[in-house]
Amino acid sequence: MKKNKKKELSTFKKINRRDLIIGASSIGAFSLAPKKLLSEEANPENLPPNLPEWTQYLGDGVDVNPYGMPSEFEGHVIRRNVEWLTASAESSVNFTPLQDLEGIVTPNGLCFERHHGGVSVINPQDFRLMINGLVDREMIFTLDDLKRFPQTNKFYFLECAANGGMEWRGSQLNGCQYTFGMVHNVQYTGVKLSDLLLETGLKEKAKWVLAEGSDSSGMTRSIPIEKILDDCIIAWAMNGEALRPEQGYPARLVVPGWEGNMWVKWIRRLEFGDKPYMTREETSKYTDLLTSGKARMFTWVMDAKSVITSPSPEKPILAKGLHQLRGLAWSGRGKIKRVDVSIDGGKNWKTAQLHSPVLSKSLTRFTLPFEWNGEELLLQSRAIDETNYVQPTISELQKIRGVNSIYHNNSIATWLVSKNGKVDNVRLG
Amino acid sequence: MLGLVRCILGFSLIIFIANTATASDRKFNLGQIASSEEVAGWDIDVRPDGFGAPIGSGTAFSGEEIYAEVCAACHGDFGEGADRWPPLVGGEGSLASHDPEKTTTSYWPFASTIFDYIYRAMPYGEAQSLSYDETYEIVAYLLYMGDIIEEDFVLSDKNIGEIEMPNKDGFLLPDPRPDIMNTHGNPCMTNCQVSTNIIGKARDIDVTPEDE
Repeated sequence: MKKNKKKELSTFKKINRRDLIIGASSIGAFSLAPKKLLSEEANPENLPPNLPEWTQYLGDGVDVNPYGMPSEFEGHVIRRNVEWLTASAESSVNFTPLQDLEGIVTPNGLCFERHHGGVSVINPQDFRLMINGLVDREMIFTLDDLKRFPQTNKFYFLECAANGGMEWRGSQLNGCQYTFGMVHNVQYTGVKLSDLLLETGLKEKAKWVLAEGSDSSGMTRSIPIEKILDDCIIAWAMNGEALRPEQGYPARLVVPGWEGNMWVKWIRRLEFGDKPYMTREETSKYTDLLTSGKARMFTWVMDAKSVITSPSPEKPILAKGLHQLRGLAWSGRGKIKRVDVSIDGGKNWKTAQLHSPVLSKSLTRFTLPFEWNGEELLLQSRAIDETNYVQPTISELQKIRGVNSIYHNNSIATWLVSKNGKVDNVRLG
Repeated sequence: MLGLVRCILGFSLIIFIANTATASDRKFNLGQIASSEEVAGWDIDVRPDGFGAPIGSGTAFSGEEIYAEVCAACHGDFGEGADRWPPLVGGEGSLASHDPEKTTTSYWPFASTIFDYIYRAMPYGEAQSLSYDETYEIVAYLLYMGDIIEEDFVLSDKNIGEIEMPNKDGFLLPDPRPDIMNTHGNPCMTNCQVSTNIIGKARDIDVTPEDE
């Protein structure tokens, strides 16, 4: 159970707690209990020279789990949410456990969820995609129709524009998962919209598309036609299997490199028009309020970003000696060109190794070996993409955008490694 | 008789030509043509200029009752919000402050968006259950609470595209990003002049959920 613990005043703390909360008008009870630092001890009976049970006796046969699940010892690798962020779980978000993942593929069951009206349950026989408006022929496609078009298979990251949104005014959530976990990366199978639209034709005046979901929020976003024809996909599969219900089964829109809110799930309709539709999502939400009181609108692309996934607040350092620092980098503008890592808060940087494949608009894995001898570290990573854009510091962002914009915080995070190996999300200044 | 055969043949030929023309336009010949009834049932969006607004009308005066019935439980009797559900009105003049309050009347730039969203997604959990008139009534009631229209103003498909919202000029286009490009791919690598003082710790803020 969560319990309310009086927080101690710290000399570091210059911002008051209420100032940091966004999206919540009241705050529940929270605990400051330290995270468990050590994994459970090994059972000596299973260690050399003894014979463990599993070496002597038969295990389960085939089909005990017709759909395989992770090992029971991986039960901590789950999506998690921050309850106080939202009023209802059906219109809420949870976070991908980046700190526990390797490589660049996010397992389907761990892809973060963001719903506005809960998860729709749709029999694929009842799926229809309608295309109407400024097209030569208004048409309806079944899922089987879509699967008969030429197919595309592409890896793309999907990041919520509000990823890191709680960190604009200061370090607020003490975890890699909670501060960077509104991102996932899977291989999509689907039909390119540029192919699908050959079937409907387009009127010359068609400049914008309204993408509409069939869920109970009727999610809608306007997308310029150049983007639709460039690389957008109607996808029905992720990582080789059908989309998961929470990711839009049976079909969703894929808008590579652009904010996740536009990737309409449970898609039912594309309307072509000559003007943007100015939906609730692109006016009252997903607009970036500046200090002037004016807000940026249609800020679609996700700028380059990176995070050190281990060590991180959930992945303390447990022993002195050699370690492999691990992390992820991505950019909505193309490929990651380079990632630098600092262990002294940004004074000195070393270039990390990028692991193939390095794909456009996809998560990219980086590692860097390092020796730890019990000293305090200030870990940072900095991504540079193929457009030569360099991931900024939070103060660079704040100077231009203030602290009220919620969305598009792609700044460098700092993990403080203490002498006991514990890791904390901290703000430098 | 011969004339009739010719006529049928001729008619068939026309149909045949029409079909091949369609097939050649449609590269893959997949999917079905949507009927106007099918499109009308799903095409519910309303644009700022009023395009797509369904025929109907309502006043704030008549909207108070339906608002109290289906909106007030979550959004408060006067749109002030309840528990963690968002306020719908208020917050005028707050956008440039430290605590901006973004409501339908302080922030939303178009009245059409309020109609579109309420009709498609509200009441929460009972989407598309309101009639068009009820939706116009609720929108009128919100606009009235925000001092944007009078209580007896008849909001309708004819004039929803003409309502001027207080924050209609509050949005900036186009996206100016990348707005930070000061190092052009060659950032400082050694002895960089940065402050490494710790000015805040998430641990001290104490709002991180813990595994149970």
